[in-house]
Order: sequence, then structure tokens, then C-alpha cells
Amino acid sequence: MIKLEHVSKSYSAGIPALNDVNLEIKDGEFVFIVGDSGSGKSTLIKLLLKELEPTEGIITVDGKVLKKIKRKHIPKYRRKIGVVFQDFRLLKDRNVYDNIAFAQKVIGEPTNHIKKRVPKMLSLVGLAAKYKSFPKELSGGEQQRVAIARALINEPNILLADEPTGNLDNNNAWEIMKLLEEINEKGTTVIVVTHNLEIVKVMKKRVITVKKGVIVSDSEIGDDDED
Amino acid sequence: MRISSIFYSIKQGFKNIFRNKMFSLVSIATMAACIFMFGLFYILFTNFSNMVREAEQGVAVTVFFDEGVTDEEIQNIQGQIALRGEVSRINYVSAEDAWTSYKQEYFEGYEEAASSFGNDNPLENSANLEVYLNDVSMQHSLVNYINGIEGVRKVNQSQDVANTLSDLNKLISYITGGIILILLGVAIFLISNTVTVGISVRKEEIGIMKLIGATDYFVRAPFIVEGVIIGLVGAALPLILLYFLYEEICVYIADKFNFIGSMLTFVDTRTMFNTLVPVALLLGVGIGFLGSRLTIRKHLRV
Repeated sequence: MIKLEHVSKSYSAGIPALNDVNLEIKDGEFVFIVGDSGSGKSTLIKLLLKELEPTEGIITVDGKVLKKIKRKHIPKYRRKIGVVFQDFRLLKDRNVYDNIAFAQKVIGEPTNHIKKRVPKMLSLVGLAAKYKSFPKELSGGEQQRVAIARALINEPNILLADEPTGNLDNNNAWEIMKLLEEINEKGTTVIVVTHNLEIVKVMKKRVITVKKGVIVSDSEIGDDDED
Repeated sequence: MRISSIFYSIKQGFKNIFRNKMFSLVSIATMAACIFMFGLFYILFTNFSNMVREAEQGVAVTVFFDEGVTDEEIQNIQGQIALRGEVSRINYVSAEDAWTSYKQEYFEGYEEAASSFGNDNPLENSANLEVYLNDVSMQHSLVNYINGIEGVRKVNQSQDVANTLSDLNKLISYITGGIILILLGVAIFLISNTVTVGISVRKEEIGIMKLIGATDYFVRAPFIVEGVIIGLVGAALPLILLYFLYEEICVYIADKFNFIGSMLTFVDTRTMFNTLVPVALLLGVGIGFLGSRLTIRKHLRV
């Protein structure tokens, strides 16, 4: 479970990116976080990844208060959270297999285990045939699938997706959303930050709307009228 | 860290070098230039020191004795002096030796004049000890010590020569030490800069690694392996060059400048490189290690 209690985050200019945010996301939920650019959505993701520290308030993830996690234990915490970005962030000089295997190498998994696990993840994201391809040889949608496979290979409890369809055409965007839904159905909590309201409406999931750092609405089904 | 992770880091370190060929070449060239300069100054310093040391070892104080001091007493005094750490060797010159040497030096061609002394030895009381030093800067204290020994009449010394050599030695040490320190500073600065360029190219990669849960050690290890390899190669290349250059130059100077060759004796190549090779390699590895470690530290706070 993810819990934010009176969380605020201000940058050096003093204008709060998030202001007194209270939020609870249960295990296995699929949640959209929507809002305009600069509304504080990405700050929220960064706080959950412990890339940033809140100026005020308490963030608890799976019973752990993030503020209390020591620097040396951050890597271990992050291994329980998969993360997908708008710009995919793949290692350009490594092929699909190596990009996915990399996440396992990072946590010190033995090579034999990696060799069994990577093909499974490739099948899950539908890229089994392209394991030798390099990122530049793939379409945007395929690159995002690789990023999702990398995020999932360590079996995280939570998947954070920051604008995962932002760089994709409509068809690819839908395929990625379907994939995220499948992942959620297997029990992973999925949090998607997006401003693609069409997708949000059709998916019929919980929608949290952020405006100027404040949660202005939190609806259980994606019928929030933002446009 | 698991063994597989250690192998992975080493492999990645090697791969990084080939992935970033230009950066690696620039780093190796920078390191090689610095180590070459270091080696050059080390060679100059060692040879200068050696020459000064040889000159120092030619400086002796001469100890004369009171009238009536027996050979046995002189031997005792010699024994006492020999115990001093700054003494490298002692020659005993008997009154007869002194007279023979004097005759050879001053009566050459005038042997008749010398024979007029018959069996008399005008230098009867000139039996002496020539005491050679390891370190001429200690001459003053040694002379004080010898003057305090019973039976010693006079100690002749050349304080000016001792002072000049001692000062020269110090000057060479300071200048070379200073130059080597500056070179090391420049080397670390240059390596740090080149590593910074290399890291900024891979900043995104480091960011990704951190976000998917890599420990600082895991992120840092390939960069350090890379730095160490660059340091090792960057040190080995100038060493090979310096080795052959040194051999050639020694032979060339000995051949072409005989008159200098007899005055200046070079430290032989093997002795020189027995020290220079491990020092330069350690330096290369150390600079590579420190340069990459210090630089990557700044980029780990993700």
C-alpha cells in the first residue's frame, strides 16, 4: 500500500510542486494520475522513487516510511518498484536482451536465472523474436515494451509509469495500456501518470487529478471530466 | 557483492573502454603524457642524486693524531669512528704512505731532492685516517665527534665542498619533488576532467542504473575498473618508451661525450627501472582509481 500524508514538496524557488497531498493507493490497484504540465505529477513519481525528499509530510510504501530508509538501502527499496518513462530510457548500446537482463544483473541475479527469466519477459511483452535488436531498430511502442519488461523482470510490487504513451502513436499507446492492464491483473499495483484523457476515460480506472500541486479530484472510475 | 557481479563489473569496465574509444584514447594519452613527464623527472633526479652522492663519497675528512700515538691506539680510534652511521669507509694512511705519496706528487722529476732526506721521514707525525661520508651534511657533527676523541690532534675538512654538495642535493630534491607534485596534481586534474567527460556521456546510463536499484558500488565498479585499466596502460606505454630512450641516451652520451662520461656516471638501466616501473605503474593505477572514484562520486546522488 502507498500512503501519502500531508506531503508537500517545494523546490528552491519556494513555489510548491505538491501542496499538502493526502493519498492512499491499495495493493493491486490501477491508478491514473492526471494533470497539466507542471501540476506536480512527475514530482509525485520522483517522491515515490525516493529520487526526491518531501519538504513536509510522510510517505509510506508497503509499510516502510521512506524518510527512514537510509541512503545505502535505497537500491533495495527501488528494486520493489518498476519504473517506465516517456522516453523509454533504454541503454542504446545494448540489445533488447541485454537491456532487460541488465536489471537482473544490477541486483546480482545469477546468469543461469537471468537466461531463463529474460525470454519469459520478452514473451510477456511480445518481443521474443526481437531479442537481438538494438533500441534504434525498434519502434517507439516496441521500445516501451522493452522498458516495461525491464521494469517487471525483478517482479516489483508496484509499477510506476511516467507518461508511458507520451511518445507513442494511438495504436501503440493502446497496446501499451493493454499490457499494463494485464500486468495489473496479475497483482501488480500500477500507477500511470498521463495527460492522455482519452485513454483514461476508456480504461475506467481510478483517476487522481492534480492541479498546481493539489489533488483536486479522486474518482474511482475514469469518468473525471478534465477536458 | 556476488562473484558474478564482480565479473560483470570487470567485463563492463573493459567493454566501456571499447564503447568509448575516443574518450579512452584521450585518457590513456593524458595519463601517458603525465607518467612520461614523471618518469623523465624521476630519471633526471635519480641521476643527479647519484652524481651528487658519488661526489659526496669522494669528500673525506682527514684525522691527524697527537705525537706518540701508537698504531694500536690509531686502530682503536678508527674502530670508534667506523661505528658512526654517516661513515661510509675509512682509509688508514701511515706516515710512510703519506711520505711516499708526497714524494710522488711533489718530487716527480726531482727524485734527487727527495733522496736528500735519506731514511728520514719528514711526515713522521702525519699518519692519518681518511674518513669518507655517506652524507656530507653530517660532516660537521662527525668532525665535532672526532675532535672529542682522545689522541686526535687535528681534523682537516672542506666545509665549503660539503656545504655546496649538501645544498645542491637539497635543491635538487626540492625542485624535483616540487615538479613531481605539480605533475601529479596536473595528472589528477586532467584525468578527472576526462573521466567527467566520459561520465557525462553516460550520465543517463548511471541514472537508469540507480533507478532500477543498482547499488553505488555496482554503478561505480565498472568505471573504476575502466580507470584502473586506463591508468595501467597509460603508465606502461611511457615506461616502455622511457626504457629504450634511456638506454639509447646513456650509450649515446658515453660514446659521443667521453669527457662527460668520465665525470658523470649514469645509474644503470636495470637499477633505474627496478624502482621506476613499480612506482609509475602504481601511480598510474592510483591516479586512474582515484580520478574515476572521485569523479563518479558526484554523479551517484540520484
